[in-house]
Amino acid sequence: MHDETIILEPGRAGINYWNDLWRYRELFIILAWRDVSVRYKQTIIGVLWAVLRPFLTMLVFVVIFERLAKLPSDGNAPYALMVFAAMLPWSLFSVSLGEASNSLIGNEKLISKVYFPRMIIPVSTIVVAFIDFLISFIILLGMMVYYRFLPSWNLALLPVFIILALFASLGPGLWITALNVKYRDFRYLIPFVVQFGLYISPVGFSSSIIPEKWRFLYSLNPMVGVIDGFRWSILGGGSPIYWPGFILSIGVIIFFLWLGIRSFRKMENSFADLI
Amino acid sequence: MSDIVIKSENLGKKYVIGHQAENGRYVALRDVLMKNALSFWSKAKDLAKGKPIIQGDTLEEVWALKDVSFEINRGEVVGIIGRNGAGKSTLLKVLSRITESSAGRVTIKGRVASLLEVGTGFHPELSGRDNIYLNGAILGMSRAEIKRKFDAIVAFSEVEQYLDTPVKRYSSGMYVRLAFAVAAHLESDILVVDEVLAVGDTEFQKKCLGKMDDVAHEGRTVLFVSHNMNAIQRLCQRCIVLSHGAMVFDGESGTAIGHYLKSKDLNQQVSWPQTAQAPGNDVVRLRAVRIVGDDGKVRSNFDVRDHLAFEIEFQVYKEAQLAIVVQFVEALGTYIMVSMDNYINGPWGKQSPYAAGIYKSSCYVPGDLLNEGQVSINLWIYSPPSAPSQSPHVRLFNVVSTDVSDRRDPDGARGQFPFEWGMEPAVRPKLKWTIEKVA
Repeated sequence: MHDETIILEPGRAGINYWNDLWRYRELFIILAWRDVSVRYKQTIIGVLWAVLRPFLTMLVFVVIFERLAKLPSDGNAPYALMVFAAMLPWSLFSVSLGEASNSLIGNEKLISKVYFPRMIIPVSTIVVAFIDFLISFIILLGMMVYYRFLPSWNLALLPVFIILALFASLGPGLWITALNVKYRDFRYLIPFVVQFGLYISPVGFSSSIIPEKWRFLYSLNPMVGVIDGFRWSILGGGSPIYWPGFILSIGVIIFFLWLGIRSFRKMENSFADLI
Repeated sequence: MSDIVIKSENLGKKYVIGHQAENGRYVALRDVLMKNALSFWSKAKDLAKGKPIIQGDTLEEVWALKDVSFEINRGEVVGIIGRNGAGKSTLLKVLSRITESSAGRVTIKGRVASLLEVGTGFHPELSGRDNIYLNGAILGMSRAEIKRKFDAIVAFSEVEQYLDTPVKRYSSGMYVRLAFAVAAHLESDILVVDEVLAVGDTEFQKKCLGKMDDVAHEGRTVLFVSHNMNAIQRLCQRCIVLSHGAMVFDGESGTAIGHYLKSKDLNQQVSWPQTAQAPGNDVVRLRAVRIVGDDGKVRSNFDVRDHLAFEIEFQVYKEAQLAIVVQFVEALGTYIMVSMDNYINGPWGKQSPYAAGIYKSSCYVPGDLLNEGQVSINLWIYSPPSAPSQSPHVRLFNVVSTDVSDRRDPDGARGQFPFEWGMEPAVRPKLKWTIEKVA
């Protein structure tokens, strides 16, 4: 029997929060497992579709950007490979953002009946996006075999960029989730941001085509740094990282992570009242 | 040396609600535009300041709890009673840390497990086995703990055969038994329970009461909210009575129940002019409930021979299949009878949904059925094919009540019987009797 003392006072909820997050880690795993189970218990087509979508988008981009617009690829890599290497982090980002922002509202019954650190919910939805990511990664490996493209040792650093992609999704995800509970209109923002971002970010094309003088500003989009990193890691030296931009992207990621956690914590206490 | 596990000092909780101004005032287009522009501007300011945007022209602060102070010692089983809206559920939510208090302070020593609903987090697509792990984790049990108690939980729930079937195929009885089985095996210092006994059949309710009895005897501290005075009396030595957010009595259960019964005004009708506060959710909300006589007028007093009807007015916002259950209860909360609306006469789960709009459903109770005393109804509105206990849209206790008395008409069920009925039966219908000489 634990004998810890808790004091409940207005404005005081924050003190034990991080301890609670650790203590509720099993709940986090169970909720993530629940989301994954439910998703994959659905039709085979549903699962295939989740994975086929980035692949088909890649095909479309190859046709438009390489064949029609004749944009150059990075180094010697086949254009399709270059695009798909970017689709991986992009899908992780867009699916996480979409799932996380609706997660609180979707779990409203839980939130109004049980206590647990609410941050567990949006974070656990990211696990679903990660599972999709792993499946797409296998497809990527398949493509590399098809093109007989041998990756360099840069590939060993891929986990670093994966973690970066996760953080890039977590920050805005938490921020929009928190806002979405209070102002329901925010969920309309997500599909727009994702659509818009897909063309603005260097998914269908390489960021090396951006004119030198704009490249730094371009990296304000955090996914630029993440995608460049993925490409460098998967395609090797032919896809060099533009370091000033990369550092800026990381800075933006850290900023959004801070903003997301802060807004979420501030609004958390009123979730049960607003939902 | 007393061992205080929960200490509440001047606890308060307030909500901010919005009111619509009357439409009559804004006649000119200019006025309408002005009103909309002003409200848009003030909402934009709120957005910038980070305050929640509340629909409505004027805002009002409502204190759901105000200056509530009490001390609970280890091992006490305390009942929390009061009318609807008194603040009981709010109090439990604050103690469970689901919502933050607005004033005062609460000190809690020990782990709190809350049972505010049966089957929290159950996912219909997952099997019973999976849901045990899911629900257990949600209630705060570690995976090892659930594994250890798994067999005991399955045995208590009696759904062993169906353990690997998705829960959406369970009957409502199985569903509720499984959910309660998980909750019953919670091990915590403090247990907070809200109206859980209201679901399920008598068999199940007996089982629940039995289990709560065990919990009480194990020396754990229990806070129990219920409308069932018999259960309260059986389990709790001490009761806190809440009324309009304030604590009006804290002491011995019998006296507390007396206070509660006295303060319970017999309201024959209740309505909710402000939609946001009406019971329900975004699918359906109640508008009004009333008890009327033969002439359609609201009455506070009926004779045992009078026909009466319960009118339930509700507004449907989203198309859905809906069904209503009405439980008749007497003063102490014991069930007299139950009735369901016409939905049960059609194919289950496959009827045409209610289109959005306002509806009035009436339940007719014939005369010469009810016994004397106070009659009240509990009202549930839910969406088949789910069962009433599985996430009902509306679940309200003692919504309206009335007094039934006996005028002693000679051709009623009483006939010319001059004495007291004596046995306090729930109903005393006028039944048909025949007699014939056989030899």
